[in-house]
Amino acid sequence: MVRRLPRKDVVIVGLGWTGSILAYELSRTGLEVVAIERGPWRDTATDFNIGTAPDELRYAVRHDIFLRPKQETLTMRNNPSQTALPIRKWGSFLPGNGVGGAGVHWNGQTWRFLPDDFRIRSHMLERYGEGIFPENHHIQDWPVSYDELEPYYDKFEYLAGISGKAGNVKGRIQPGGNPFEGVRERDYPTPPMQQGYAQNLFTKAASGLGLHPFPRPSANISVAYTNPYGCSMAPCTYCGFCERFGCANYSKASPQTCVLPVLVRQPTFEARTECEVTKVNLSGDGKTATGVSYVDAAGEEWEQPADVVLVCAYALFNVRLLLLSGIGKPYDPASNEGVVGRNYAYQTGSGSTAFFEDAKFNSFAAAGSLGVAADDYNSDNFDHGPHGFVGGASITSAHTNGRPIQFHPTPQGTPNWGSQWKKAVRDTYQRVTSVSAQGSVMSYRNNYLDLDPTYKDPLGRPLMRMTFDYQDNERKMANWMADRCDEIAKAMGAKTTQVNRLVGPWSVVPYQSTHNTGGAVMGSDPKTSVLNRYLQSWDVSNVFVMGASAFPQNAGYNPTGTVGALTYWSLDAIKKYLKSPGPLVQL
Amino acid sequence: MRWRSAILFAALAAIGGAKADPDNYVIARRGRALAIAGDCVACHTAPGGAPLAGGLALATPFGVIMTPNITPDDASGIGRWTKVEFARAMHEGRGRNGAYLYPAFPYPYFTKVTREDTDAIFDYLKTLAPVTNAVNRRTLPFPFSVRALMIGWNSLFFKPGPFVPDPQHSPEFNRGAYLVEWLGHCGACHTPLNAFGANKADQFLQGNRIDEWTAPDITNDQQSGLGKWSVDEVVQYLKNGQTRTTTASGPMRDVVEHSTSKMPEADLRAIAVYLKERGAAGVPVPAAVPASDPRMQVGEAIFVDTCSACHTRNGAGIEHLFPRLADNAIVRQSDPTTLVRIVLTGVRGAGTDVFPTSPAMPSFGYRLDDDQVAAVVTYIRNSWGNTASPVDAELVKTLRSHVAGPVERSAAQ
Repeated sequence: MVRRLPRKDVVIVGLGWTGSILAYELSRTGLEVVAIERGPWRDTATDFNIGTAPDELRYAVRHDIFLRPKQETLTMRNNPSQTALPIRKWGSFLPGNGVGGAGVHWNGQTWRFLPDDFRIRSHMLERYGEGIFPENHHIQDWPVSYDELEPYYDKFEYLAGISGKAGNVKGRIQPGGNPFEGVRERDYPTPPMQQGYAQNLFTKAASGLGLHPFPRPSANISVAYTNPYGCSMAPCTYCGFCERFGCANYSKASPQTCVLPVLVRQPTFEARTECEVTKVNLSGDGKTATGVSYVDAAGEEWEQPADVVLVCAYALFNVRLLLLSGIGKPYDPASNEGVVGRNYAYQTGSGSTAFFEDAKFNSFAAAGSLGVAADDYNSDNFDHGPHGFVGGASITSAHTNGRPIQFHPTPQGTPNWGSQWKKAVRDTYQRVTSVSAQGSVMSYRNNYLDLDPTYKDPLGRPLMRMTFDYQDNERKMANWMADRCDEIAKAMGAKTTQVNRLVGPWSVVPYQSTHNTGGAVMGSDPKTSVLNRYLQSWDVSNVFVMGASAFPQNAGYNPTGTVGALTYWSLDAIKKYLKSPGPLVQL
Repeated sequence: MRWRSAILFAALAAIGGAKADPDNYVIARRGRALAIAGDCVACHTAPGGAPLAGGLALATPFGVIMTPNITPDDASGIGRWTKVEFARAMHEGRGRNGAYLYPAFPYPYFTKVTREDTDAIFDYLKTLAPVTNAVNRRTLPFPFSVRALMIGWNSLFFKPGPFVPDPQHSPEFNRGAYLVEWLGHCGACHTPLNAFGANKADQFLQGNRIDEWTAPDITNDQQSGLGKWSVDEVVQYLKNGQTRTTTASGPMRDVVEHSTSKMPEADLRAIAVYLKERGAAGVPVPAAVPASDPRMQVGEAIFVDTCSACHTRNGAGIEHLFPRLADNAIVRQSDPTTLVRIVLTGVRGAGTDVFPTSPAMPSFGYRLDDDQVAAVVTYIRNSWGNTASPVDAELVKTLRSHVAGPVERSAAQ
């Protein structure tokens, strides 16, 4: 039996970065806010003990803080002619689980997308003409500009204490920063991290090749910091347990370090953990959300009425919740109509592994966003004319860890086991580094998300189906980038290098990137977007959807900075909506 | 215009005499502030229970005492009490029916709280929603269950009477004395007890072990007290739960979170002025444990491996999160119980509006044995400007058997 609970002003689905920021900002104004989170409560003090947090087997291999496929999984195929099969062990990407979401286990790179990224279609068209675009593409401009988002990027960076070096303050190019970045009002809140030997070699080599290296903006912070909410962070100890781990040192920005301490003090805020929202409920005419239904840990069903529903789950699960709730028209690639599930995108990874004869990289002294990057080949910072592809990549030298189970690169041709393998690991461990390119992925007619016709979850709801493969445009781009990485690796003094190209169809097995984007994209036209420029549903105006599901296509950067900026941008709109409900964009 | 004047007049009338304040709002609000300063909620609330509805088990050397319900419930609370009865409890340690109360209820301190203030507290308590919670008030074993024993105890140790300000000192100092010595009953934790559970008056505020914590020396002593704290730092500590050198934890975390962080700054300043001006215990500085001592060498190795990532190699710590260990009187208490306990079980610091993070240290009891804990605490107590007695592994062993479990999981939930 479904039991109906007393009404709240706001119900939030998912208590990660976006959910916690909105919960705090809205409950501090006196609104009654409830956040419903599928996973457990997690906190630094109780869950990330410095004595046990750096446990590679438990967290990195056995996925202790990640979503369990039993809770939810997807089916996957490379193209519409195949039959999708369920993912039974997360591989290519690792969705988070519990309070803090993926903001617990992320590496912490906190980028701003470039001004051109937000008007990529118009920009490329103006500069290169229609011919530059790949076949069957769905590339579209964002409905917001970089300049509009700038103050909100700033807000998120100061919330998270980001360590970095500005490259462009109020139009003045800053030495040592990224000269390609958009104009920013002020520098990062904390100075860049200390870089290692590999990064120093990269900086010299890349500068020698005419590139513009700079320290990556990092949420593993360099000095003690107290954010505008009053939450305190400690300097990073470079322990190298960031990605896949909760930070025990209060050094990595996360909802736990940056928001929860103030959120839990709000008397009008309530969190219900281990409760899974099954559906956003709609009024009879389908134009208004009346709240959500959820199932608690005991399997009991509840209905939580609310005036506003904020969908703040992981990008993929936002899309599924919209599909299951009937909000927005599902996308159909055959007719190329509908919007929910449209423009799913991902990222490319390519580069060069560099083996040195005599070096000591100490890659165990690391952090998730430690590293330097060059943006000379990102976005449209270079002439795409001769290459015939759209998009770009951020090229980096980074050491995120030197952990014993998963970090032991060996030269090609080394056996996978036995005494020769052991010898190669021993000889290589201190002498190997890499130069990598994390690249953009455009949106296409046949890369999309929908509900699977066959497979269901334990509650009997259809699983979501992911149809995705890299297209020629991305292969061309990623492989061109791999050669650029290799040039740098050689200039760094590597004795031998191995070029890592993008070959074969996308596979769900090896880890690649948890930068899944799109499926509930923001736009100016309801025919090609689920959300308006304020992340408000075109169809149900009291539903707002946060997260990277709103990206119309993916850029060559980690998404969290832009997700954070969009959240603060949308917050202002939600406040406006609360004063005067209705669509914030009239057509 | 006339209409507006009429409203203004009505409003003024409402602010005026007692008749216009039928809810007794002004006095009840003052009573609430006094109840906060007295931290009634700390003892009169069971874990997870309704505030002030009683039921907390107080472990005394004589047995367990369950704290009573002081919400205005007729049957189980103070609903049928009168102001006079309440004042008698506060001033004389007698129950509603005249029965003798045990001094676990700090009437030896409250006796000097003014009648005006006890009345205000009573008025405040009467505004609370009544909570029915019948508490078993007969948990002490024989012979301590005989309440009449308190007649003898009172004649030996209880000195009733009103508070008399010291004309030699400023009104601010005297306000501080009233708050610290009487209403705030700081001595109940911070002063050592004799065999009868009474305060050793000659060692007032010089530190005490209570519930396996060290309530530190809070005299103005350089070695183990507040000698190196400024008045501002004392205020900051009470208000925000932390200073550059330390973070409130253990029972003091509750005091800060429930009481001092909610007190007016003028009162906190009065407390600080009083504590700073009162004088020092004059604790002798013991001989330092030399760096060549094997315990120091082992302790240093453990510190570097286990502690230095947060507390930093030179003991300076990290502002707002990881307390400074260098030159810190808390580290130099003659009784190292708190330090040992924190290493064994971990601890969570205070969270306040100004510094909400409430940082925690994890437990290391599971991987450091008694000798190792003794060594690392000895090292901390004798490094970076600290000099204090070494820690005996036997103390660690005893404490380990009494305190259990890591940082409570429930805190944030």
